[in-house]
Amino acid sequence: MIRFTLGRLVSLTASLIVASIVIFAVVEVIPGDPAAFMLGVNARPDTIAALRAEMGLDEPLIARYAAWVGGMVQGDFGMSWTYKTPVATLIADRIWVSLPLAIYALALSTLVAFPAGIYAASRRGGAGDTAIMGATQLGVAIPNFWFAMILVLVFAINLRWFSAGGFPGWADPWAAIKALTLPAIALALPQAAILARVMRSSLLDMLGEDFMRTARAKGLTHRQALWRHALRNALIPVLTIIGLQFSFLLAGAIIIEQVFFLPGLGRLIFQAISARDLIVVESVVMLLVFTVIMVNFIVDLTYAAVDPRLRARA
Amino acid sequence: MNPDLRGLNCRPGSVNTIINKQGAIMHHFKRFAASTAVVLCASGALAQDSITVAIQLEPPNLDPTSGAAQAIDSVLYANVFEGLTRFDADGAIIRGLAQSWDISEDGLTYTFNLAAGVTFHDGTTMDAEDVKFSLDRARAEDSTNAQKALFADIADVTVIGPLVVQVTLSKPNGMFLFNMAWGDAVIVAPESIDTIATNPVGTGPFAFANWVQGDRLELARNDSYWGAAPALETATFRFISDPTAAFAAMMAEDVDVFVGFPAPENLPQFAADPRFQVLNGNTEGETILAMNNQREPFDNPLVRRAVTHAIDRQAIIDGAMFGQGTPIGTHFAPHNPDYVDLLANSQFDPELSRSLLAEAGLPDGFTTTLKLPPPSYARRGGEIIASQLRAVGIETEITNLEWAQWIEEVFTNKDFGLSIVSHTEPMDINIYANPDYYFQYDNADFRAVLEDLNATTDPAGRSALLAQAQTIISEDYVNGYLFQLGVATVARAEITGLWVNQPTAAVDLTGVSWGS
Repeated sequence: MIRFTLGRLVSLTASLIVASIVIFAVVEVIPGDPAAFMLGVNARPDTIAALRAEMGLDEPLIARYAAWVGGMVQGDFGMSWTYKTPVATLIADRIWVSLPLAIYALALSTLVAFPAGIYAASRRGGAGDTAIMGATQLGVAIPNFWFAMILVLVFAINLRWFSAGGFPGWADPWAAIKALTLPAIALALPQAAILARVMRSSLLDMLGEDFMRTARAKGLTHRQALWRHALRNALIPVLTIIGLQFSFLLAGAIIIEQVFFLPGLGRLIFQAISARDLIVVESVVMLLVFTVIMVNFIVDLTYAAVDPRLRARA
Repeated sequence: MNPDLRGLNCRPGSVNTIINKQGAIMHHFKRFAASTAVVLCASGALAQDSITVAIQLEPPNLDPTSGAAQAIDSVLYANVFEGLTRFDADGAIIRGLAQSWDISEDGLTYTFNLAAGVTFHDGTTMDAEDVKFSLDRARAEDSTNAQKALFADIADVTVIGPLVVQVTLSKPNGMFLFNMAWGDAVIVAPESIDTIATNPVGTGPFAFANWVQGDRLELARNDSYWGAAPALETATFRFISDPTAAFAAMMAEDVDVFVGFPAPENLPQFAADPRFQVLNGNTEGETILAMNNQREPFDNPLVRRAVTHAIDRQAIIDGAMFGQGTPIGTHFAPHNPDYVDLLANSQFDPELSRSLLAEAGLPDGFTTTLKLPPPSYARRGGEIIASQLRAVGIETEITNLEWAQWIEEVFTNKDFGLSIVSHTEPMDINIYANPDYYFQYDNADFRAVLEDLNATTDPAGRSALLAQAQTIISEDYVNGYLFQLGVATVARAEITGLWVNQPTAAVDLTGVSWGS
């Protein structure tokens, strides 16, 4: 187990180094001088040069890369060029919107998808199965930003149950949860549809397994066998999908954050790219990559702990 | 008013709105609902002194003296920061921190008498030393002021007394008082300058209170303000760039005012709704079809003229701007008293355009690039202009650029044939005197006129010279002059005192109130 963990740690470090080089290179080649952008069209060349010097843009690429990585290793993500505040503070503020939103959406999608998938699998080919599969087809097809607009139209403009967007902060937890409800529903719908379909097909795969026949032979009813044996085994692919969805929800809610003007990580990246606040883009993307790699690392370790065969292979 | 009450729609007319929404089924609850709402609102309705204002873009930082982002001025100009002079709602230059001034005979020395009893929001006194500090900082070698040219003619700033400051110019500048009204020329204090980007300290009627980056920015009334106290107690700015979200936020009454409403197609709906008012105003933005005067075939005035006659301005205003915008025939704001109507020089006439192209040796037209920045006037307008140009034989390859790319490719490297952009700085006809400016117009006669203008301070003489300058660039067909960019403000019907026009980017809340 120790050798396995060490091996994984080495590959984790290598992934992080490669990721940092790729992120830095890609962000640096985006055309558009950040200093010229910030100062606008009336700026004089000497003013732009002064700002470039202030932002450290006149230093060679290698030195800037080293400074960036060196800072991050010590927990210093740098200073935002446009906001003039530490990137770490920006991220800390935004994560309190993005993370709860991701968890909220994931919880909603799981709550809907599990019963729907299990019910569909247990009524395979029946009317309930057809209805649920039709609904999930629709759920996958509906773009979530369009669904978000419909939600706003109905629940914010017509019924006035929710505000159309914005985030009041966590000082009042009830208001905060309320503000995240419509975005979470909009995000959860397609995720729930996918998850329900995976749940159903994964369960159906299990139903054909030998151990299921054995369970039935022992005298369990179809439903008992499904709940006691099939479900537990069917959960593995479902959990894998949930893990992927979580990363997506954390980093990929950009459009939903725009529609509801939520101050989340996605909107931060979006604004930073258009303002050429490169240090923010680099650091936030790096943080997201780090999160995904860490999650995978932990998942690998858990798999290995559960399944000794994986350890042997390493 | 307690901000928590806002969610209860405690505003005149809102009770009816709620009831209408419920429909006939709820009819018998009507009296109950109405009486409940009245009770709930009783405390709030008496003193409506907070406001939520939305603008499209969030300021990147809160330092108006560096960085060009208009959003900084939108939030802070006249509210938090003040300069020696300022723009009023009509764009006229009025007194600011300087209560009076004397100009020497030769036009070189300006002596400003500052208002007495002015303090910054941190309690320190504003005096002549602060004025000297602000102006010297803006024009310093290492200054990062985005409009450094405003201060270029200042030779010296001298403190005469605690409330008297003398500015000496190196040459007469008829625009000097105008320049000092810009948001980039506000008076700041050395004590608070290091943290100005996140905690701006000014002398204005509102003090900065809180900024939740990405979401909202709050201002609170400055109770020790030296001038007339504003009616509002607090103001919250929100930043909504998505047109659909903007519509939803207004309709759901999450925001009270939206300055620069991004969805012109929705304006008729707001105008028809008794809950709202729509203010259609002008900006200082001359929207032009920029032509690269040094690149073939635009180095030929005949070709440039042919392009301008191929364009139907009204079709662009109607198609791209939903009717918001005033046609212009030169690079000057039509609401300015010195504007000369030169639309006749470039009437829509495709026949004339084709014959001019033939005269220029291009009977079959040509192909060029059309590089478009993000705003909808450029993206939507670009499609319409492309089809209008195609009708006379000019093919365009459209490229959509982000602002940062546009500044690099078009503005700095001058790698373009055509582009569409709105020049939003006030009184910026002087850009035509710079042959290195991105459209690269090089005319010594024009430069001579502008030099005369700079040296002229009497209004009649200035008017004549400005008319001459406008005529030269119109008759040289430097660019295609399209329209003056409009600005639409959507607000709750009860609110009064908002600026209709945008003589400079600003949401001046000094005179705003909830009516009676």
